Amino acid sequence: MDLLNALIAFLNYVFIPGVAYGSQLALGALGVTLVYGILRFSNFAHGDTMAMGAMATVLMTWLFQSWGISLGPLPTALLALPFGILFAIGLVLFTDRAVYKFYRVKKAKPVILVIVSLGITFIYNGVTRFIIGTNDQNFFDGERFIISAREFKKATGLAEGLSFKTTQGITIVTAIIVVALLFWFLNRTRAGKSMRAYSDNEDLALLSGINPERVVMITWIIVATLATIAGVLYGLDKSFKPFVYFQLLLPIFASAIVGGLGNPLGAIAGGFVIAFSEVTITYAWKKVLVYMMPESLEPSGLVQLLSTDYKFAVSFVILLIVLLFKPTGLFKGQSV
Amino acid sequence: MSETMRNTLLFGVVACLIIFVGFQQSWNSALLIIAMGLISSIMALGVNLQWGFAGLFNVGIMGFVALGGLAAVLVGMPPTPGGFAAGGLGVISALVLGAGTIVAVIQIMRRMQGGWLRTLVVIVTLIAGFFIFRAVLDPSVARIEEINPAQYGYLGGLGLPVLIAWPVGGLFAAAAAWVIGKTALGLRSDYLAIATLGIAEIIIAILKNEDWLTRGVKNVIGVPRPVPFEIDLQGNPAFVERATSLGMTPVEASTLWVKVLYIALFGIVLLILMWMAQRALHSPWGRMLRAIRDNEVAAEAMGKDVKARHLQVFILGSAICGIAGAMMTSMDGQLTPGTYQPLRFTFLIWVMVIVGGSGNNLGSVLGGFLIWFLWVQVEPMGLWLMNVITSGMAEGSALKAHLIDAAAHMRLLTMGLVLLLVLRFSPRGLIPER
Repeated sequence: MDLLNALIAFLNYVFIPGVAYGSQLALGALGVTLVYGILRFSNFAHGDTMAMGAMATVLMTWLFQSWGISLGPLPTALLALPFGILFAIGLVLFTDRAVYKFYRVKKAKPVILVIVSLGITFIYNGVTRFIIGTNDQNFFDGERFIISAREFKKATGLAEGLSFKTTQGITIVTAIIVVALLFWFLNRTRAGKSMRAYSDNEDLALLSGINPERVVMITWIIVATLATIAGVLYGLDKSFKPFVYFQLLLPIFASAIVGGLGNPLGAIAGGFVIAFSEVTITYAWKKVLVYMMPESLEPSGLVQLLSTDYKFAVSFVILLIVLLFKPTGLFKGQSV
Repeated sequence: MSETMRNTLLFGVVACLIIFVGFQQSWNSALLIIAMGLISSIMALGVNLQWGFAGLFNVGIMGFVALGGLAAVLVGMPPTPGGFAAGGLGVISALVLGAGTIVAVIQIMRRMQGGWLRTLVVIVTLIAGFFIFRAVLDPSVARIEEINPAQYGYLGGLGLPVLIAWPVGGLFAAAAAWVIGKTALGLRSDYLAIATLGIAEIIIAILKNEDWLTRGVKNVIGVPRPVPFEIDLQGNPAFVERATSLGMTPVEASTLWVKVLYIALFGIVLLILMWMAQRALHSPWGRMLRAIRDNEVAAEAMGKDVKARHLQVFILGSAICGIAGAMMTSMDGQLTPGTYQPLRFTFLIWVMVIVGGSGNNLGSVLGGFLIWFLWVQVEPMGLWLMNVITSGMAEGSALKAHLIDAAAHMRLLTMGLVLLLVLRFSPRGLIPER
């Protein structure tokens, strides 16, 4: 029984949050890695693209809520999500036209593009704050839990409750659908294949008649979609706050690099590696250990390796380790 | 127009802008802009050393600046009574143990042959080292934080003159830069960017959470200053007399005089650093750096040690940012870890370097002043603009209130636009590299 309780506590506090957070990071890292693979620079504006897309979704959600439209047990944000995605697509395509294209045509060094993306970060961040302010925004509605801790305890008679939030369920399901669609697109469709060809060898792709501008446009559309979905899922799960998305850059980049920049499969793996390391290292294990160990050996402290304030440090250390020993990432990325 | 003329004109324009603020708003804010402009220029000088000379992309300036601020506290603040006796030795031995673990791991990596045995030994050493570190650190920290938490709750500093903190801040930043440089230099340029972004976040997290070191978000206030306090000046009869003879109230005169003193101190530091940077730029070392920046492969083929030079210049540039950080904290008189924002302390400095002209020291100084001026003045300008835009709207409308509230966020927008416009239309900046 104790072992079962320990397992439930582990699932409740480590596994489920880890999977949800990992899915969010993976979606974010996929966007970064695609930009890197096709446009060949690290897009620092990705976090704020997420914020912009999420912001549009939040505003649409409020509009729907004021009209009294809802999805019943599901959050209304899901209904607003397509509009947020459209907004984000329009935004990044406009940005690409107005800003990035000039440097692409000039074949500027990647680091110049990184600086340019910093400028875009500034602007997106400013616009987000301008429109929605800097406060926490709650836009979640509908049923809170798929399984609530109390019902679970009653049903099973265990001391430890298992709660499974709707947002976590939605995050996981959406992530699976999106990733499946993305890989189907990349591997099966003509456009996806041309993207991969362009990413592998630009000159060869150009010679075989692939239109680079089309590839770039499709990439931006996919990136905006991924960013908005990741941003909205994160906002639903935690809360929407413009600052947070900028800080998410570090774990997202760490995920992309750990997996191997430019490699979509790696980005997903990297997202989960980073998420689980963060959660396991910052979780206070006392609760689980109390169930597992005989009473005499019970830990006196919290058995928390690092306080949650240092979760960035975890992704950073993993990043450093990977850079030191395997700079191309776990799955072979493009770069050295 | 000759180059000297052009440069003089540019600096003249910035000077006029600041003088305009002096007449229009107050001389106090004009002097404050100059003082902060000097500090910003020093930071920009450091970044210019890394980016302009060597092409290294550092987005962790905030972290190095914050380390300088930490130095101001650790050197300048008086020690907490009983603090060191309570846990000082414990904390220091824990830190030594932690460093020892890392050294041990590095030695194991070097001495042992690769394979599963080495991996196992490394992992065991790391885990054991971590638990020993925490076991020694945690009780000492708890004891330190127990001492009168409302006032102290931290170790305090050494109680030395705060001017010493300025070079010490540089040393702190240099040490952090060494760690980052060792790991991330020599990889792609983007990796250095991400690694520096990370270290900056971590340094801020440490300052925010390690209460025994910095009191965390409770802030350290009353960091000693290298110049007299306004209140002491107002109590000084000679000063009051001189102020009245100039037709100023003692309060006004004292605030102005303190700022003038700061400006003099900062100006000296800027001049020294500027002289050194200029000498470096025109020395064989500077030419070698620029050769490496422009063509790494060719420079390497000529027998230049690219990695060592990169590490060197990265450390030097970061140290300059650390010095500026210590200066800033000693002027503010407080260390508030919560106020370190990457947009303010990293990207703003980048805008200064790019706008001023990367690769040109004079340009960095100009950029530092100009962009700091904009940063301070955009908010009132934005507010004015919003008032004009909304003047036609109904009084009390929600949109009007929102727009006026949002004027505070005009800064980021403007800075981003300035950066993009300069990069697009004048990528070499206002004073281009020669």
